Amino acid sequence: MTLEMCLLLAAALFSVGLYGALSQQAVVMVMMGLELMINGLVVAGAAFWYFLSPARADGQVLVLVVLAAMTVEMAMGFAVTTLLFRAKDVDMTDMAGELRR
Amino acid sequence: MRLVAFLALSLAAVGAGIAVFVVDSMARATVALAASFVAVGAVILLLDAPYLGVITILMMLMEMAVMVVFMIMYMMNPAGLMPMSMVHNKRGARAISIGMFGLLAAGVVMTPWPQRRGRVPADPTHALGEAIMGSKMLVMIAVSAVLFATIVSALVLATGRGRYDPPEPAAPTGEAGS
Amino acid sequence: MSYPVWTVPVAAVVLMSFTATAAVLDAVLDSARRGGGWRERVGRPVWEAARLLRQRRRTTVAPDALLWRLGTSGPLVVALLMAVVIPLGGRAVTDPVVGVVWFNAFDVALWLLWWCAGWGANSVYGLVGGYRFVAQALAYELPLMFALTAPAVAAGSLRLSEVVAAQDRVWFVVWAPVAFLVFLLAVTGFSVWGPLSYPAGWDVAAGVLAEPSGVDRLLLLTGRYALLAAGAGMATALFLGGGAGPLLPGWLWSGLKILAVLAVLVAMRRRLPILRADRVMKRAWLVLLPLTLVQLLVVSVLTYGGS
Repeated sequence: MTLEMCLLLAAALFSVGLYGALSQQAVVMVMMGLELMINGLVVAGAAFWYFLSPARADGQVLVLVVLAAMTVEMAMGFAVTTLLFRAKDVDMTDMAGELRR
Repeated sequence: MRLVAFLALSLAAVGAGIAVFVVDSMARATVALAASFVAVGAVILLLDAPYLGVITILMMLMEMAVMVVFMIMYMMNPAGLMPMSMVHNKRGARAISIGMFGLLAAGVVMTPWPQRRGRVPADPTHALGEAIMGSKMLVMIAVSAVLFATIVSALVLATGRGRYDPPEPAAPTGEAGS
Repeated sequence: MSYPVWTVPVAAVVLMSFTATAAVLDAVLDSARRGGGWRERVGRPVWEAARLLRQRRRTTVAPDALLWRLGTSGPLVVALLMAVVIPLGGRAVTDPVVGVVWFNAFDVALWLLWWCAGWGANSVYGLVGGYRFVAQALAYELPLMFALTAPAVAAGSLRLSEVVAAQDRVWFVVWAPVAFLVFLLAVTGFSVWGPLSYPAGWDVAAGVLAEPSGVDRLLLLTGRYALLAAGAGMATALFLGGGAGPLLPGWLWSGLKILAVLAVLVAMRRRLPILRADRVMKRAWLVLLPLTLVQLLVVSVLTYGGS
């Protein structure tokens, strides 16, 4: 078990999540992809802490911040999805085109 | 032993992650994502960070239990009983993500990582607590403010009625927010 | 202190014996159903188990079999995972640094598992039951987390053996009675029991328990009693001083206390009305959450105020 192996795991999770976030049409599935990408970041943060600088707690704090970011992402994502659905009966990214402007 | 456990958990995490976008049923997709998170939590346990590992499992299982409600609410065909394609630009997305993995992997392998400095403290959980309550307190205060702002703004966005509307909206589709 | 790995089956046997005790006690207290005096009722769990083992599995149209099996077997597995950290007379199978968080993580796992038990059957009653559980869990989980925090703060540790050791003079139930009661309520919540058995309510034909049959039903019902037993064990370790007591050996004191808490939990079923999830939600967020926060403040001041 080395730093490289952990980071490869993180890269794999990140890429799978990226595929999901790019290819899925439903907003909630896009959010699943984002969650998976952040999942990769959690592994990477823990691995950097353990393999590079375990004596300082910075890496552990980083993982906690990433977890908090994930909850924020989810709460805001669902709030926006609910708003979109309430206003326009839209639950697909392609139909929410006016968000582009 | 640790290496075998790590490899098995990594395979489980990535496999479950792929399953999220392969299965038809939204319930199964969410459970697969939860399984991926649990595997990642176990990997963190292997990295001698017991608190982070268990808290990852805790938070993600809770998030997935909430997520499954929204997944089923906002997806056509939530149980996957009538399979339908809900993807766009599949080939491009696959190319981009494989390219991204190649790029990241190359970066991982070729970067000369610095030597490990220091050792794992006897009780990493204690060290984390000291850091949160000491040198990193500002970070946590900022996070708490962000989380509070998130609660308020998510409620404002998601609620169907404003402050002066009647308590129980009669119509299912109303004005959004304030 | 912890035992070697081979003691995991021993812990399972201990948990199952408490589980069986809970089932027998529940059968004895069940005076509503016909079936003679308490002598006949004692054996009822055994006959029920035998009946369910022989019963052919009833299935529904297009069930999600994978998630259904996950949901019906999950509660028992979670109870076992909780049981390995519960100290019996000062020693547990394993004593992780974050034992309290470990317990909390697995009770959160029940959110998804009970939901799956309801969802998998592809039946409306099960589905309603599963959603009711998630709604109810949103209500009891935060008070439970703060209730768990109180003993951890008082002991200055998340390790269960240290939490038990810190109670050598005063049991934490004295300092944190509110946390203790909230904890017991939350145990009934994640076990779908007594006042919080709304997800398995009779108004939806037993909700999450409506469709499982045969071995699945046996596993689910056993898992419920096992969760009560694990909750009682945790309450003993966190609030009642674990194995502390005069004369008798520690493991016996632990067992007696667990039995007492378990009896209270089982007896709650027919003493308290079932609460609707929205009412639980309102009272949990408006009453219990502030109360547990004040409780936490009291414990913190009592623990660190003098020093």
